[in-house]
Amino acid sequence: MSQDNSSKNQKHWLYREENRKTLWKIQFGILILALLPEFFMHHHASFEAQGVHLDASPTFYAWYGFLTCAAMVVGAKLLGFILKRNDDYYDENDKDPDAKNNEQSR
Amino acid sequence: MSSLILPPGLILILGGLLLPWVAPRFKNVIAIGFPLLTLIMVWLVTAEHSMTLNFLEYQLDILHLTSAGRVFATVFAMMAGIGALYALKHARTLELSAAFVYAGSAIGVTFCGDLISLFVFWEIMAIGSTLVIWANCHQNKRAYGASIRYLLVHLLGGVILMIGIAAHVANTGSIEFTAMKADSFGTILILIGFLVNAGAPPFSAWIADAYPEASPSGTVFLSAFTTKTAVFALLMGFPGETILIYVGMYMVFYGIIYALLENDMRRILAYSIVNQVGFMVVAIGIGSELALNGATAHAFAHIIYKGLLLMSAGSVLLMTGKRKCTDLGGLFQSMPVTAINGIIGALAISAVPLTSGFVTKSLETSAAAEAGMPWVWFCLVAASAGVFLHAGIKFPWFVFFQKDSGLRPPDPPWNMRAAMWIMSFLCILIGIVPSIIYGILPYALDYQPYTADHVVTQLQLLLFAGFAFFALLTFMKRTLTISLDFDWFYRKLMFGGISWVKEHSPKFVGPVILSIKYFGQKHLDRLKHVHGPQGILARTWPSASMVLWVAVLLAAAMILHYMQL
Repeated sequence: MSQDNSSKNQKHWLYREENRKTLWKIQFGILILALLPEFFMHHHASFEAQGVHLDASPTFYAWYGFLTCAAMVVGAKLLGFILKRNDDYYDENDKDPDAKNNEQSR
Repeated sequence: MSSLILPPGLILILGGLLLPWVAPRFKNVIAIGFPLLTLIMVWLVTAEHSMTLNFLEYQLDILHLTSAGRVFATVFAMMAGIGALYALKHARTLELSAAFVYAGSAIGVTFCGDLISLFVFWEIMAIGSTLVIWANCHQNKRAYGASIRYLLVHLLGGVILMIGIAAHVANTGSIEFTAMKADSFGTILILIGFLVNAGAPPFSAWIADAYPEASPSGTVFLSAFTTKTAVFALLMGFPGETILIYVGMYMVFYGIIYALLENDMRRILAYSIVNQVGFMVVAIGIGSELALNGATAHAFAHIIYKGLLLMSAGSVLLMTGKRKCTDLGGLFQSMPVTAINGIIGALAISAVPLTSGFVTKSLETSAAAEAGMPWVWFCLVAASAGVFLHAGIKFPWFVFFQKDSGLRPPDPPWNMRAAMWIMSFLCILIGIVPSIIYGILPYALDYQPYTADHVVTQLQLLLFAGFAFFALLTFMKRTLTISLDFDWFYRKLMFGGISWVKEHSPKFVGPVILSIKYFGQKHLDRLKHVHGPQGILARTWPSASMVLWVAVLLAAAMILHYMQL
């Protein structure tokens, strides 16, 4: 309850500008932590027979995850320029027949 | 004992048909009891049981147990029950009743031994699911149009499937539902019919068009059955069909891209269904035992966590009346239960270790590795990261965190919270004790998901995908938009074309239509003249003329008689 009261007067700490830096620091900390095992771990190669060794190289999953996701976000953004329409785009259609029926009935 | 065994799907259908007629106080009992009975029956059926019906010269088998079918039937019955718990307070009886018939016929499909009864259940599903969307017409004016478009797509798919089955039966003489190869006219059409229901291109848009227009509980029901029944049908009918790898891969990335562009929270999750079903379709295309196990296990886990995510989104919709990310945000402060459960669902769909997604989806990527298909594997790994991006972070971030929208709705009523907790529990239980699901899969499975290598690499993949999300957050600023899809052709182009023709060119088209009308009218008039109520052949004649003609006939007969002498 006390949190409720404080949120009325003040923003939740997640939304406060001064905490943003801390949040980014925490994120980088977690990312570095996730990379630590790379120093003493050897990844399993799935495609030895096909001559593909990329997936066994160090930090593969990290950069692959980041780059493919970045590519998908940018790709979606670019496609968005072609594909995006106002969200009432189809509503005009749906309304048309009704509007006409009403006119006719008058 | 065997006399007590009924097809489990029929029990649920019966429950659905019973619901509207019982007193309100028994409604809860039926809503929870019938799915439970169905679930028990699914596990009482053994391979020896069968129930055959005669239809024309064919024998239909509606009680045909397969191990994959049992997995699907189990999760369908569970979803019907937990979904009913979620729906208990707010859903209309029509919705719940239709949902049970819909779920029952989905279970019916999983127990079909032949193509004809499969088709019958397939069509009942289409009707049941349409009614589930329809039941929301009073709340959402878009629901009616969406339900009709949904029905049209499914009737089209049904017609294609029917033609395929007829051609296949004419070709082979067998109605048995078994593994086929898409190498004849009939089997290709059957494959297309299945794929329409799976949300394959070009008919992927119906999922995001129709599902989010249903009520909060309606969308939960819808997300579970149609696409996963199609996965089951593909799994049984077309394992190892190479084209499915490409079709599935398209679905995987289609789902991610469209979900990234989307603003409506439940449409994000609807696109994510296409993405997840894409994984399963790819696995069916690979077709090895590991891959088919993977598709089955993933379907099981997916139904639960997608149901959970939609329950969470549905609770937000119910409590705020808002569905767009641009209007939402900051809800974790006043809806902690909904937020926690939504996050558990999001972690499960992203395949974070200790969740059901981790132990099931990895079977599919491992199957690609085992089958020696590097490009499939690299695409699936990228897509796994993409799942985290569009469903794992995007949904909870924009709904529960993001900016503070100022909305402070409370958590939903107890039944909805209970349903979400049960689903979350299942997501984590399967993640911690994967043998629950591994033990009931179609093929024996020797797979260890929790190796240090697997856990570490998965965490790295997901964490850096998450980093990409926050680093590129400005690119993902929500806009009040929808994205064009193939449904543009039938919603805009065809509709617009017809109205354009109607309005703008009466001078060209008018005469053509008039002459067609004239041609038809002429033939109708002629028919009416001969066969109509006062037509030559149908008009009533005075009895006097009958007497006269009888007399003439008798006279003629008499004359002939004498002439013979």
